[in-house]
Order: sequence, then structure tokens, then C-alpha cells
Amino acid sequence: MAALATGGAVRRGVAPSFRRAGEPGLAALPGTRPSLRRGQLLLSSGVPSLDAVLGGGLAVGTLLLIEEDKYGIYSNLLFKYFLAEGIVSGHHLFVASAKEDPADILKELPAPLLDEVNEEETVFKSKESQDYMKIAWRYQNLPKMEASPAASSRFGHYYDVSKTLSPELLQSTKCHHFFLPEEISLHPNINICSNMTSGYIRLLQSIQRIIYQEGFDGSHPQKKQKNILRIGIQNLGSVLWGEDISCTDNPEDIYSLTKFLYVLRSLLRMSLSACIITVPAHLIQNKAIMERVTNLSDTVVGLESFIGSERETNPLYKDYHGLIHIHQIPQLNSLICDVSDTKDLAFRLKRKLFTIERLHLPPDLSDTVSRSSKQDLAESAKLLSSGCGAMAMGKKHLDF
Amino acid sequence: MIVRKRRRIQTLFRRIVSVGSLALLFHVFQGRFTLLRDTRTDGSFLVHHFLSFYLKAGCKVCFVGLIQSFSHYNVVAQKLGVSLPAAKERGQLVFLEGLKSCFEVLFKEEPPTGQPNPLQFIREGGSNLKALYEFVRTSLTPSESDSWKCPVLLVDDVSVLLSLGMRPVDVLDFIHYCRVTVCSQLKGNIVVLVHSSEDSDDTENELVVNALCHQSNLILWAEGLATGFCKDIHGQLKIIPRGPAEPSTERDLPRTYQYKIQDRNVTFFARGMSTAVL
Repeated sequence: MAALATGGAVRRGVAPSFRRAGEPGLAALPGTRPSLRRGQLLLSSGVPSLDAVLGGGLAVGTLLLIEEDKYGIYSNLLFKYFLAEGIVSGHHLFVASAKEDPADILKELPAPLLDEVNEEETVFKSKESQDYMKIAWRYQNLPKMEASPAASSRFGHYYDVSKTLSPELLQSTKCHHFFLPEEISLHPNINICSNMTSGYIRLLQSIQRIIYQEGFDGSHPQKKQKNILRIGIQNLGSVLWGEDISCTDNPEDIYSLTKFLYVLRSLLRMSLSACIITVPAHLIQNKAIMERVTNLSDTVVGLESFIGSERETNPLYKDYHGLIHIHQIPQLNSLICDVSDTKDLAFRLKRKLFTIERLHLPPDLSDTVSRSSKQDLAESAKLLSSGCGAMAMGKKHLDF
Repeated sequence: MIVRKRRRIQTLFRRIVSVGSLALLFHVFQGRFTLLRDTRTDGSFLVHHFLSFYLKAGCKVCFVGLIQSFSHYNVVAQKLGVSLPAAKERGQLVFLEGLKSCFEVLFKEEPPTGQPNPLQFIREGGSNLKALYEFVRTSLTPSESDSWKCPVLLVDDVSVLLSLGMRPVDVLDFIHYCRVTVCSQLKGNIVVLVHSSEDSDDTENELVVNALCHQSNLILWAEGLATGFCKDIHGQLKIIPRGPAEPSTERDLPRTYQYKIQDRNVTFFARGMSTAVL
């Protein structure tokens, strides 16, 4: 479906004629950027460094699955960044939750930094041009080594977590809510068409209704202005959705979540939408379910925060708040996928910036380079994965 | 001078590799069940290869694409030199787009006449892939006006059926029925993709994979490298011939090649012969 979007016509089953991606009909979609190599339309996930790691952004029609960290703090933050990015770009939102009222979630979205970032960039650049290397002048023209794989661009925005989005901006966006307890009280009886958990069936029906009514699947061709629907589902698979996979070892119905994801995939592929889902993967004991969930999602990102773990005091990780694992990147419309060079990525949250950086050993600057200190660093170096990642996972603990 | 000599040796090795058992990938046999298996990596490049290969060879293809949309396969097939919409128009390709059928089953009214939806088990529950089998049978049974070579069934991929609530027994029944119809009766080929992993907790999936391994005539196993991620080598492919060997091919020894996927093709080379290393 993402490929068909470049042809301008959002219709199923029609052969896409080859058209250049830079067509005016395409550029009219706000907040998106075409990926010329694959013929896809990309959205920003709200965090520019995450966009860079995912190969430019999130493709329209795909699903971003975030495996939550233990306390859900950073996954919630990524969820809010995604929604805030939708508001700033002018997309429509659909927020679904069984835990919090979506109106409350929307009130707490971070405010975008619209003017300040550009100033910082220009000041930085002018300083750089005055630095000539006097001693190591042979290295003058080599490209600078970038710790963070991101290039800041107009495509993504930066957010200030200490401030919330202005209510005017919120009013001007079209947001659809789905709060499960409310839905159950409003419509107590639904016809169950398949043996999925009833919460999931309601959610799917709600999403399908919005997609059809607002014309995201091209069913109202008279609407000139096309837009993107950003769907955010919080805490899927938790007990509050009526599921028991996250609280028992032998759940009653292990197929509910995977069936839901399959039907959601079919809805996403046929419409101009993108979805973010956070799943409490650390609570799901049955690992087979997580494997199937990974296979049914497009982009899978796992977060591991250092809060409360022994790694908080580890010198290797002193600058970072957690690790980020990119488990899967979709291979859509091509044989290959963009995989970044490094698999060791860590994230850091500052007030105005959430960066994802390459994890590297800090320099050993101690005066007395004793054996014991070297051993500490060697221990922490073992914690670095041996370059395993999304494309090929190798056996661990290979020592050279 | 030395550099030139090394390059000549490289190209010599590459040519030897390409003539060998990779010929198994490029010859249209009959009545064969080929299993595509991937571990720790994505083996869908093999599915794209077989789809374009059989269409170019003039076979009638029934493609059960459960996991991706039609446009994805279309874009990749165009890069490999085949046009899927054109093949559909001339009746050479019957494409079941699983995602679209799933949407129709759940959210649209059923048409009073016509065939039942092949994915109606999603709506009805129950554990029965009969409708899917009927779809395959009716699309591959040759009619009088057909002039295509042997029929081919491609399934991408079988592990999704398990996620949709099917028991391993039902999946194996479906494959068995298809083999009887397509391989034995119609003398066609079947190519099926499954995902597997070594220390997987998904016992049902492993059961299906093992059973299919025993039933197959040829296994193409795409694995990620055991030593970890490498930018120049995307994985290794093991070709394991099983069952009675045709007299024209070599004796059945499993062979291993490493591969690198590029935009329009995949290059295979012997282990250790990647350009990154040489």
C-alpha cells in the first residue's frame, strides 16, 4: 500500500503506474517524506535519531511495535513523541488505551521546539568553520565521526518534555479516542465474529469505522486533501484488555493478540495510516507469543532502561539511560533493507532531546593503569553484544 | 600484477560456484516439494526469486501471499523483470492476497453467490483450512484453454497460519492435501516458506517445520551468520537435497553458500570468498 501511495492513487488491486516520487500530489501530504529508493512514503516517529536508525522514518501502512521497558517510562515517552509529531505535522490521531483516558494522554504531550533548534545549529556551524587543525592537518578533510546516527532535519521535530503542548494546537487537530471501559459501558453487546478477546474486536471495529468514514482508504475520492491517520495503542496485551497472556504461564487463548495484529496489519496496509503499539513484553511469559508477534509486526524496537538494575552504576553506561534494541526493520518493496552498522545503541533523555547513540567504551583515563581497572573495563566490554542484530543473530560470548 | 592475479582467482571461484548445485534453483522439475526455511534472518528473497523464476518459465502459479500486500511483491518482481499484473491478466498467476481477504471476511458482507472466502476460518473460528485448499485446487486445475507448463503453488508463509489459530495438525493436513493434488495428480511443484529458530519456544512451529522437512524433496535453509552481523555477507544458504535424486543432478550432498542481497539480485559465493574478506 505504501508503494501505491507514490502513484497517488490509494486503491487496492490497481497496478501502480511508475511515477516519480516527487509529484505534487504526493508532496501535499503533510509531515511526510518520500523514500525514493523504495517508493514509500515515510513518516517521522517523533524522535529524529530513531528515524535515522530505522532507515529514514516509519513507512506509511506499517506498524511500529515497542517492547516496553520494565516500568514503562521510556516507552510511554516514545508513544507521546509519536502522537505529538502527528499533531505538529497536522495528521489525524486515534488514541486507544485501556489504562488511561486518551484525553489525559493528549493533555500531557510534550511541546515542540520550533525555533530554538535552528538557531543552535547555525551557531554551531559558524564556530566549526573557524577551527583549522594545526598539528593533525592531514586529518582536516576527513568526515567527522558522529556518535549519534541522526542528522537533524526539518522532517522530524524536537520536543521539550518539561512543557506540554498548547491547548490551541490540540484543539485544531482531529483526535479520535478509544477508552475501553467507556466503550464497554456505551455498547455492552457486540456481535462476536471471531474468537478474539472482545476488547480487541471493539478496537478493530472502531479503527475500521474511522478509516472508512474519514476516507483514509480512498473510499471518498471527492476529498481533495488527503491526510494520514496516526494510531496509537497503549499497553496492548496487558490484563486490562481482557487478556491473560501477561499474567499466567498457560493462557487460555494465545491466539488473540496475534490475530488482532494480523487484522490490524490488513487495515494498515489498505489505508494511509501508521500505528504505534506498546507491549509489555517483559510480562509475557510465553516467549512463543512474542516471537509470533515480532513476525507479524513490521518494525520492532525493544527498550531496556537502567533504572533499578545493576547497570545503573556501571561506568560503561554512565552517560545513558538505557539500551535500545532494534529487533526488526521491515523489508518492504525491495529485497534488502537498510540496516545500520551498529547494533549497540543506547538512548539518553535530556530535557529537550531524546537521542539514540552508538554505545562505546569510555576512554581509560586513569593515571595508574592497573590490572584491576583493566579487568573492570573488560567485564563491561563483555556486556556489549558481539555485533548481533536484526539481520543475523549470532551465538553469544564469543571471545577472541 | 598480484592484484590482477587475485581478481582472476576470485572470478574463477565464483564461476565454479554458480555452475554447481545452484542449478537446482534454476531448473523446472516436476512433482517437487521445496521447503524454504529461514533462521535468524529473512528468507523472503527466495520467495521472490521463485515467483519470478516460475513466471518466466511459463508455469501456472498460485501464490498464497499471507503476510504482505500485493504491491510489495509487485514492486520486487518488477525489479526482477516480471510484471505481476500482466501475469494476472493473462491468467498465468492467481494471487491470493491474505490481508485483503481477511479484511473482506471480517468487515464486509458476504456475497450471496460465488466462492466462499478462502480465509473464512478467521471469522468462523474452528480449525479448518478446507476453504483454502479448495481455492488452491480450483485455481491450479487446468482448464481446456490453458497452455501453461506445470502448475506451481507458492505459500508465503506457513507460520502465519499458526498465529491465526490453526493447530499444527490442520496446517500439515492442508499441506498434505495440496501435495496430493499439486505434486502427484497435476505433476506440479510446491514451494513453501517457514520461519524457524534453533532454541525457539514456539514448539508448534518447530513441529510443523520438522514435519515439512521430512516431507520435502529440497530444503533451502537461509541462516544468519553464526558469528554475528556482517554488512557484506547477509547470511548463508544451505541447499539440502532429500529424497530420490534425479539422474541428471549430482549426488545429494548438502552444500553451503554465503550470499549478499543486492537491489536486483543475490550473489552467492563459497564460504570465505566474500569480497569483504579477499
